[in-house]
Amino acid sequence: MSLIEINTLSKTYESGEECVLALVDVDLKIEKGEFVSVMGPSGSGKSTLLTILGGLNHPSRGEVVVDEIPIYKLPLERLADFRREYLGFIFQSFQLIPYLTVIENVMLPLAITEKSNREQVQMAEGILERMGLRGKERRLPDQLSGGEQERVAIARALINSPPILLADEPTGNLDSKTGKEIMDLFKSLNEEGQTIIMVTHNLENLAFSSRTIQLLDGKIVDGI
Amino acid sequence: MMNEDISNKLDALGANIIILPQSDDLSLSYGGMSIGGVAFDTQTLKDADVPKIRQIEVRENISTISPKIIGVVQIGGKKVPLIGVLFQEETRLKKWWKVRGTVPKSQEEVLLGNEVAVKLFKSTGDPLTINGKRVRISGVLDETGSQDDFLILGELALVQGLLKKPGALSLIEVSAFCISCPIEEIVRQISKELPHAKVTAIKQTLETKMEALGHFKKFSIGISVIVLLIGGLIVFTNMMASVNERKREIGIFRAIGFRKSHVVRIIFLEAFIIGLIAGMTGYVLGIGVSQVIGPMITGTKGLRIFIDPLLAIGAVFLSALIGILSSAYPALHASKMDPTEALRAL
Repeated sequence: MSLIEINTLSKTYESGEECVLALVDVDLKIEKGEFVSVMGPSGSGKSTLLTILGGLNHPSRGEVVVDEIPIYKLPLERLADFRREYLGFIFQSFQLIPYLTVIENVMLPLAITEKSNREQVQMAEGILERMGLRGKERRLPDQLSGGEQERVAIARALINSPPILLADEPTGNLDSKTGKEIMDLFKSLNEEGQTIIMVTHNLENLAFSSRTIQLLDGKIVDGI
Repeated sequence: MMNEDISNKLDALGANIIILPQSDDLSLSYGGMSIGGVAFDTQTLKDADVPKIRQIEVRENISTISPKIIGVVQIGGKKVPLIGVLFQEETRLKKWWKVRGTVPKSQEEVLLGNEVAVKLFKSTGDPLTINGKRVRISGVLDETGSQDDFLILGELALVQGLLKKPGALSLIEVSAFCISCPIEEIVRQISKELPHAKVTAIKQTLETKMEALGHFKKFSIGISVIVLLIGGLIVFTNMMASVNERKREIGIFRAIGFRKSHVVRIIFLEAFIIGLIAGMTGYVLGIGVSQVIGPMITGTKGLRIFIDPLLAIGAVFLSALIGILSSAYPALHASKMDPTEALRAL
């Protein structure tokens, strides 16, 4: 069984009398250790696919099975637990909490776990060191460069050691040099066995991934 | 404290305990003025009894002690009641007195009730001879509608001398007020000190006092409830605005695996902490302001404001509780926010 299985997934958004088909009968399997890029023009359904994979957006039809768990059959609070244990999110434009320091932002997912504060700090320091952010633990996000903020966001996504990393346009707000550095980081994480699903517009990023899925009008046209 | 000050104000309603000589057949009606025929010979109260009252256990509840001697004198062929009082105490009890002239300041002066002055054709400044002693009328009372209209009032020692009963008292009026103990307790303690006297509480006066204090308490509670409601409403609107402003942040929390209950807890914790700080600030400010404003409102100088630790803790926790209660709906609202909507970028 694959790590992620999506079966006949559809999502319709209703706004007034209009009915928008964001995803139409999508079937998809992603294996453990894959680095999947999701491409497609605006409105093709990439973001919808990512939020549904992320356990944040209930599909209209079909099911999403992760590690043999049909996630949308879970009660809402359990779905939150699933996100915490299985997923690491890297949002577009980083989405760091501006009034928390770097280390506090990274520790955020641990705040609701049983781990002691000391353990949390140790884990956060370890991952920040890996991200090359040593010495910047006490800074606030706006005192960092874009690339550094991206690394903090990646550190936050990885602190729980989640089986799946979801990234939405991770290089969208970075210059090409920094963007390449981040993609190199993704590549090395993937080589260590991290499953990554990345939504991107940037054709240069495709070279780093092991598979590319093309979406058009809510359907997968290439890469199944 | 406020209550103490109010009780002082309420003394103006008059005395509430009367101490009379112990006598089986005595029916002295001071209010109704039927003092004629009273057996004055049964004097058992003395000047020396007054300090004894000051020695009872609950003495701090006694605000005024007014000893009196009553007698009848003949002036120009007319029988007139003469009463000896301590003007210093009497004026505290009878705040409604309006004197044309002044209250007697020496043993050479007397004060006339309105009716007596009319009956004797006397007015302020005129001389008056009582039992052979010539005194000056220092003032005449405006009509009070009470027994005071029919009296000649003099300093206690002067009247004792005129009636040839030095050191003797006819009755003692006591104004006492006790928030925590019943008036009967004060009566009991005075009786113990003065076994030869009959101590009676005038319930009506006390009830009026208690009623007035009760009204004031109700009014204060009413104001407090309104203030609490307004405070709660302000917390509610602020929390609601804060939650809506932080949609994105709450979306991040939810996306990285915070349960709805975690979000509710975060909002409550915040409301609790803000409530605690607000409570402490409010209490300190309240104490400070009442030091300044309190005396202005009550018209009393040296009004003491006590810091009651229990009240302080209660006030701070009430404030925190209001914070939490008013944040219940905003917290629920926050937990129900759609994380994808909150993270539009995703």
